[in-house]
Amino acid sequence: MATLYQTLKACLDAEQPVALATIVDGAGQIGTKALVRPNEALLGTLGEPALNEAVERDALAMLSRAESGIRTYTTSEGEVQVFIETFPPPPTMFIVGAVHIAIPLVTFAKTLGFRTVVIDARSAFATPERFAHADELIHAWPDEVLPGRLTSNSFVVLLTHDPKLDDPALKVALPSPARYIGALGSPKTHARRLERLRADGVPEEQLARLHAPIGLKIGSDSPEEIAVSIIAEVVAARHGLTGR
Amino acid sequence: MKDVLPAIEQWRARGERVAIATVVKTLGSAPRGVGAKMAVSSSGAMVGSVSGGCIEGAVFDACQEAIKTGKAQLLHFGVADDEAWDVGLACGGIIDVFVEPLEW
Repeated sequence: MATLYQTLKACLDAEQPVALATIVDGAGQIGTKALVRPNEALLGTLGEPALNEAVERDALAMLSRAESGIRTYTTSEGEVQVFIETFPPPPTMFIVGAVHIAIPLVTFAKTLGFRTVVIDARSAFATPERFAHADELIHAWPDEVLPGRLTSNSFVVLLTHDPKLDDPALKVALPSPARYIGALGSPKTHARRLERLRADGVPEEQLARLHAPIGLKIGSDSPEEIAVSIIAEVVAARHGLTGR
Repeated sequence: MKDVLPAIEQWRARGERVAIATVVKTLGSAPRGVGAKMAVSSSGAMVGSVSGGCIEGAVFDACQEAIKTGKAQLLHFGVADDEAWDVGLACGGIIDVFVEPLEW
């Protein structure tokens, strides 16, 4: 039978949500653990059934909020402190446009724990040689790939500044629950983009979600520096900030 | 956790024993958040971090002890602490670190 550690590792490798509960202080046996997974039976036990049930319920709620911390429970022996550590699946960055900037951006995003999906219909750009480090490389139009894939754990980065590719992608991303949507392009390019989207009936509250011109102002010049400014803005968005 | 797993896997494949230290609580300004991890092998290799380098020395020793004794313990680091484990945090924050042998 697999140990808690092996099951935890298998969940992390498969990017499945999982939470680990450990008695760290109080009346219980310090170090006792149980593993909580959505739609699966509790693995291990913290002692009393009532404690297991309460911890499992809290752990699942904390998992959905990507929150970890100590919770206090009362058992027949007294109070116990249980550390509940949640491991939500990693966020995914969808990068539309397999351009030069996308190469260092995939590197930085992976270092920061993102899954990376690079989308470009142009096979000259989206080559396996340039994007061996991406988790997924998709040769298709963004509006063919993105529908149904964007969740509140998704970050969308548009790097083509070509209306043929950007606009259809935006029309999928803006109404979606995606956590961050940013688009490359000068202020002028962006002004024209807004005009087109407005003319196509995209509502203002959706346009307000768009980070454009993409990235924080750090004087970026090279593709690598631009990738740094983009990833910095994405990190800020991940923490509910703007970085501005 | 993911950042320390590859090293843990290597150590275990070599037959080494392992202890894991996890930040379980922070108060005030702390260099690393809840869930930050450091792992130590029985031969003294180390991966990950639980602070900005302020308490890693003490946590390393506690990990070695956990490997020897098989016992888990909760360590408390902070400015207001008089215990032997008090090595102090320059940032003035308080960190609780849970140290345990990987026997689960």
